[in-house]
Formats: sequence, structure tokens, C-alpha cells
Amino acid sequence: MELAAAAAMGKFIGAGLAAIGSGASAIGVGNVAGNFLAGALRNPSAAGSQTATLFIGLAFAEALGIFSFLVALLLMFAV
Amino acid sequence: MAGEAQSEGGLSFHPLQQFEVHPLFGEGPIHWYTITNATLWLLIAALAVIGVFAWGSSGRKIIPSRMQSVGELGYDFVHNMVVDVTGEDGAKYFPMIMTLFLTIAFSNMLGLLPGSFAPTSHVAVTAILGFGVFLFVTLLGFYKHGLHFLGLFWMTDSPLVLRPIIAIIELISYFVRPVSHSIRLAGNIMAGHAVMKVFAAFAPMILFSGIGILVTPVSVLAIAAIYALEVLVAFIQAYVFTILTCVYLKDALHPGH
Repeated sequence: MELAAAAAMGKFIGAGLAAIGSGASAIGVGNVAGNFLAGALRNPSAAGSQTATLFIGLAFAEALGIFSFLVALLLMFAV
Repeated sequence: MAGEAQSEGGLSFHPLQQFEVHPLFGEGPIHWYTITNATLWLLIAALAVIGVFAWGSSGRKIIPSRMQSVGELGYDFVHNMVVDVTGEDGAKYFPMIMTLFLTIAFSNMLGLLPGSFAPTSHVAVTAILGFGVFLFVTLLGFYKHGLHFLGLFWMTDSPLVLRPIIAIIELISYFVRPVSHSIRLAGNIMAGHAVMKVFAAFAPMILFSGIGILVTPVSVLAIAAIYALEVLVAFIQAYVFTILTCVYLKDALHPGH
């Protein structure tokens, strides 16, 4: 009985810990966008051709945050 | 969306209730042939794509009408993306990528209508798209280059000692591609919709408690702001999905580093 209670509590603690990953990926996305802007303002004429690279970088940085969000959801509703 | 009141958490409906798949006609278990709300909204998305492009290409004037401009802009946008990323020989695969882009963009956008259902919020839908792209790209790579396609994992410009280790890392990252490709889309759409519904559940609090007089106006404004963000995300995720498809296609066509 106590074991079941501890498991029920632990799953919410785990979900909360997994949510830290979302914040970390937010830092990563901010880094990508900020560095792109810094580079784009130095050489605006080259910026237009690099937007595809920007979005690929954003997507890769964001994917890990989405993974941790998914882990949190799985812990709360599926486990 | 006005479901039965749930006492849990004090919200008037569950934020994940909107993702329930249920049969359109009658009750009972869902088989692969059951017509559900997911089927309905995918069909609506397909009809909307056909409608926009049939209408847009019906006139074909030198000075385009509004609908023709929309069609031409969409076509040029995806065509430039394919040619920029994969090169001229990738233009042969443009129809597939255009289809992917339109399917995802239209189901994302239609999923934003209040009371509708976003098929792309389900991993089951996006995994079919993601694994389909993965299988297609892998088979295409082996068909075009034979066993030379494996050179994708064997970095000839790195030191010989490191190459086996890098090969293992590259192999793992290659097989994680379809997973991240599909979960990125589903996760983004699902997270955005869930956030919107959480704020929507805060809004009727004014009816139930005193603190609601502070919460409700903020919540209503937040729904509008999040909705605007979601319109952006719906487009950007369709763009990201297609541009990653182009990147994978480029790897299959030109595996050398």
C-alpha cells in the first residue's frame, strides 16, 4: 500500500523533473535565435539565404524540449 | 468541448479531452476501418487543399486573382525550398514534398478552429508521415548509390581511429531521425492546444469563485495571445517538417561529405 502511494507521488515528481528539460531547450532555442540575429545584423545581405539553416537549428534544439514534455505527459497519464 | 465537470484540479474540463478519438457514427470499439473524427478532419484538410488549388488554378490569368496568387505563392515557396536545400536534381521529388507540406499545414490550421480536431496532434498520424519519409529516403539512397550510401556513416575526413566511434554515433542519430521527426510535430501541436485549453478552463472561474474576477480577464487575453502564437507554430512546424524532409532527401541523393 505504501509502495503504491510512493509510486503515485514519484510519478508526479518525475513529471516535474522532466519539465526542467523544456526550460533547458528554451535556453537552446534562445541561443540559436540570438546568435542568428547577431550575425544577421552584422551582414544583413547574407541573412536571407540562411533562414532555412536557422529553422533547422531551431527544430533540433526544440526537439529535445518536446521529448521531455512528452516524458512528463507519459508519466502523468500513461504510467 | 463543454464536457462533464471534473472535480479533479478544479478545472471545468480536462485539457487533454480534445484529443479523444471517437467514432462519428454510433458507439463501440475503434477498428482500422472505423470512421472517426480524425478521419473526418483529415478528409476536410484534403478537400480544402484540393479546393484552394482547383480554384486557384481555374482562371490562370496573367494578372492573378487572389486565389491564384495564394496558389502561386505556395507553389513557389515550397519549390524554392526544395531546390535550395537538395539542389536541382531534388526537384524531381517536389510533388511528394509539396503534398507533405500541404497536408500538414492544412491539418494544423484547420485544427485551430474552435471545436475542431487536429489530426497532427496524434503521434499515430505523424509517425506514419515520419517513418514514411525515413523508409523512402533510405530506400532511395540504397537504390541510387548501392552500398556507397553507407559512406554517409563513414567520415573520411576524420582521423582513422575515431571513425568507428563516429560511425556508431552517426548510425544512432540516423535511426532516431524518424522518431524526432514525427514527435516534434505531434508534440508541438499537442502542447499548444493543451496550453490553450488550460487557459480556456481558467476563464469560467468567475462563475465559481471570488478570485475569478482577477483570473478571468487575464485568462481571456492569454487565450488570444496563445492562439496567435499557435497560428505561427502551425505554419512553422509544417515548414520545419518539410525542410527536414528536404535535408534527409539531400543526404540520400548526395551521401558524400
